[in-house]
Amino acid sequence: MDLSLVWKAAIALGGLSFIFGALLAIAYGRFKVETDPRLDELLEAVLGSNCGACGFPGCEPACEAVLSGKAGVNVCVAGGQKCSNAVARIMGVEAGTGKRGVALVHCKGGLAESAPKALYQGIDSCAAADKIAGGHKACDYGCLGLGTCKAACPVNAIYIDDDHRRWVNRNRCTGCGLCVETCPRKLIEIVPRDQQVLLMCNSADKGGQAKKICSVCCIACKKCEKVCDFDAISVVNNCALIDYERCTQCGKCVDVCPTNAVRRVGSGKDSRTRKATSAP
Amino acid sequence: MNEAYRYFLIFLGALLIYNILLIRFIALCPLIGVSTQVETSIGMAMSVLFVMTMSTTASWLAWNYILKPLHIGEFLYIPVFILIIASLVQFTEMFIKKASPPLYRAMGIYLPLITTNCAVLAAATEAVKPGFLKLNVAYNFSLPEALVYTIGVALGFGLVLILFACIRERLETSPVPHAFKGAPIAFIIAALLSLAFMGFANLLGV
Repeated sequence: MDLSLVWKAAIALGGLSFIFGALLAIAYGRFKVETDPRLDELLEAVLGSNCGACGFPGCEPACEAVLSGKAGVNVCVAGGQKCSNAVARIMGVEAGTGKRGVALVHCKGGLAESAPKALYQGIDSCAAADKIAGGHKACDYGCLGLGTCKAACPVNAIYIDDDHRRWVNRNRCTGCGLCVETCPRKLIEIVPRDQQVLLMCNSADKGGQAKKICSVCCIACKKCEKVCDFDAISVVNNCALIDYERCTQCGKCVDVCPTNAVRRVGSGKDSRTRKATSAP
Repeated sequence: MNEAYRYFLIFLGALLIYNILLIRFIALCPLIGVSTQVETSIGMAMSVLFVMTMSTTASWLAWNYILKPLHIGEFLYIPVFILIIASLVQFTEMFIKKASPPLYRAMGIYLPLITTNCAVLAAATEAVKPGFLKLNVAYNFSLPEALVYTIGVALGFGLVLILFACIRERLETSPVPHAFKGAPIAFIIAALLSLAFMGFANLLGV
């Protein structure tokens, strides 16, 4: 065997490796991008699983957003309070009220409560169903129950039963808000986690008409508005609205609501709610 | 053979007739992995085009000016090409990061993926040792020919990847039987697309 071939190969490969190595070393020095040293610290502080629950494509873009002030210190929703504190320490600000919210679907009408006006057999997406003749539900405002929000949930916190009712598992929900955008009827809201008295309707139909098509809707009777001692609940556009800042969660509105549209999450009034959720 | 016609044949052969993904089944990993969204597949296709063109140029130079004169190409070309591709991708990544942050954001995340991608290595190898042009066994590409060939391969890769991503996006909303959801139906579609691409085999009757 020609040994010179071995030497040639070794020199060629070694030489090339050396050249490329040197090139990369020089390039590393020359093209080094000056990054904020806090960026690395922030990447340590957040959960770092690139889950995307914050709405950024990954942890690094999220941390960059914190540095540029586009995101708050509570950016890491999956990491919760612990991460908010760590991020706040690095950024030199108070963690403040970095409370995690929880998703709420403003509709409790399943097939049993809110009858469908038509049979829908199209593609399995609420947005598609909503576009066809205003949806298959008789109610033009209520949940279509096809589970687009469920598909968007990164932590499987939304559950849809056979009757097309949906339940949010409040233990699992991180309050990331990814589901909010997916709902074609804008039914999902991120509400404060400790808020237990919640309105489960979005209907802007007048009371009588709403009652005809749904048994759990808000009929805008204003009983809750009258009974509330704190001006925390009011009927706007034929639907009650709770001001979470003022609400003391005394539950008077829950007691007077004739259709059970205002509910206390985790109360005995709705055993299914208690099963699927649990009081925070 | 007419000069322009030869370039056209090389390009078309690489693009459709010997499509790297569907006819030769090289680089199936990105075909399945990066094809869930049209947007990401476009990013991947652009990055592949960019890296392939660059790496082929470098490989061609290395082959013709280092490996071939020393008669060590036959057994050393794979390590050398891998070395070239990996270093170039690293270098490009650093350069883009510094020179154009928006481009880096669009392409940067795919660059490390491409480093050891078999399609890039295949294109580089075949640019110096053309396998599919069975015109002449001892045929060697000139640099422009190698470039045309590479761009054909990369565009063929991008074309199929984007087509595939479009189909998969549509499938997201289709009632696919539970057992076939995800990768299984993707493989079936790859097979059907591949059958369709086989129709190009006798495209020009040459």
